[in-house]
Amino acid sequence: MSDRFDFDGRAVPFAAGQSVGAALLAAGVTSWRTTRRGARPRGLFCGIGVCFDCLVTVEDRPNQRACLVPARAGLRVSSQEGTGRGDLTV
Amino acid sequence: MAISRYDIVVVGAGPAGLAAAATAARVGCSVVMLDTATEPGGQYWRHPPGRPDAVADLPHDLTTFQRLAAAVRTRVDHRPEHHVWTVTRRTDAFDVHAVRADSDVVVTGSALVLATGAYDRQLPFPGWDLPGVFTAGGAQALLKAHRVRVGGRVAVGGTGPFLLSVAAGLAKRGVDVVGVVEANRPLGWLRHIPAMLRTPGKMVEAAGYGAALARHRIGVHTRHAIVAAHGEDRVDAVTVARLDSAWRVVPRSARTVACDAVAVGWGFVPQVELPLGLGCATRIDLDGSLVAVVDERQASTIPGVFLAGEVCGVGGAALAVTEGQISGRAAAAWLGRPVDWPAGLRRRRRAQRAFAAAMHRVYAVPDGWLTWLDQSTPVCRCEEVTVAEIRTAVDHLGATDARTVKLFSRAGMGWCQGRMCAYATGCLTSAATGRRADPRSLAERPVAAPITLGALADGDHG
Repeated sequence: MSDRFDFDGRAVPFAAGQSVGAALLAAGVTSWRTTRRGARPRGLFCGIGVCFDCLVTVEDRPNQRACLVPARAGLRVSSQEGTGRGDLTV
Repeated sequence: MAISRYDIVVVGAGPAGLAAAATAARVGCSVVMLDTATEPGGQYWRHPPGRPDAVADLPHDLTTFQRLAAAVRTRVDHRPEHHVWTVTRRTDAFDVHAVRADSDVVVTGSALVLATGAYDRQLPFPGWDLPGVFTAGGAQALLKAHRVRVGGRVAVGGTGPFLLSVAAGLAKRGVDVVGVVEANRPLGWLRHIPAMLRTPGKMVEAAGYGAALARHRIGVHTRHAIVAAHGEDRVDAVTVARLDSAWRVVPRSARTVACDAVAVGWGFVPQVELPLGLGCATRIDLDGSLVAVVDERQASTIPGVFLAGEVCGVGGAALAVTEGQISGRAAAAWLGRPVDWPAGLRRRRRAQRAFAAAMHRVYAVPDGWLTWLDQSTPVCRCEEVTVAEIRTAVDHLGATDARTVKLFSRAGMGWCQGRMCAYATGCLTSAATGRRADPRSLAERPVAAPITLGALADGDHG
């Protein structure tokens, strides 16, 4: 478990083959997104890429499924608000 | 965009896809097998990369997996991490389009075997959107593939024998399972003994789960359900209540159980997008699921398209392997290859289908769960559409069918394309209109997997 990725400035360890979502859950993080309408917290639900609840921003690209993105050392992962496209708001 | 040509394209590398690919390759066909996961095995044989031995403590038939995986390794072009988003027909072939690392890959086959599997069916309940509530399949996938426990104290609920497998797996990996809350009364099995006796392997499997649950002192509470989850930013308790035979809550039976995670499932939803897109005929199965029609050789109603496993009716891994073996032979035969037909193969399929039918009757889902909902319960998790908004679409906006409810309320219009809420939206619409909703109206997804505009623009889709 020597490898780590960055989640909102925090180093999260992961085991070989784990997804970003699985590693976050193992580190005690249960939500990393707020919804567009009610700003409700969301994390993993289906765990297999079907439900899109676990969306997260990876390397500045929003709306990636945390349950499918393989964890890699040094990856920059950040929590996401709403659409994850706040930078486009005018 | 890369294009390559094969005799047979198999979509899915679970029990059905692996068996189909191994069988077709053995009789001399060139076979490519596309799958979304990094490892072969599907949901049933999920395991960490390169480490099927790491799930040897969990109950499933690893010997069959090792045999199929070995055959596929030597004879089949296995393409992992390929998300098939559409299939198009030419006069003599099928073009299968997959998203791979943000680009569009096309593989062409003279015949197709679609073995796309299923995911957990979900019913909404108050609090089901709280972090810490997982699908039963998700809890198991995290355990098998990632060696992560969804919580320390987990409530498992819903209906179906799969819950026993999930609970047994969690307990074996050190989770305190506070109980299996089963909404049906599976003693109903006794009425289906003839079907059980024809598939003795299933009896052994069930007995194995029973023994594991007894060893860990996990109670199975039949005719009970998790009817609400509680917590601020994550789940910290559930309400468990006794049900009557129609699944209405028995008054004053509710009690609160502390837990830090919940795993729920109510049967499975077959992934029928690709057969639907090709125009294959469908039917409603005994469990209420929309499934594709096949004949005794697993042939769909479209020539050259064969189907195996859950996509033609939920029935579990052993049946999926049998159907994979039949479909691999049938596809090869359709291409004019000489094929042997072992005497017991189709008889085994009939027995396993009969068992599946018995299970669907025992683990039926009556509509009483609708009474657990309150007006603010989210039904569509993506678009955050509540029960009240769905009822408004019918009562005030005049929707008379599920598709119009979707258009008015946005239920099922989000990222998951209604995969999580279509069943519930259909039931809510039926209850409000008094007319049975047609599952087909919410099942068509012409783009079956997300693809970026960039990948689309790169491809030649003329």
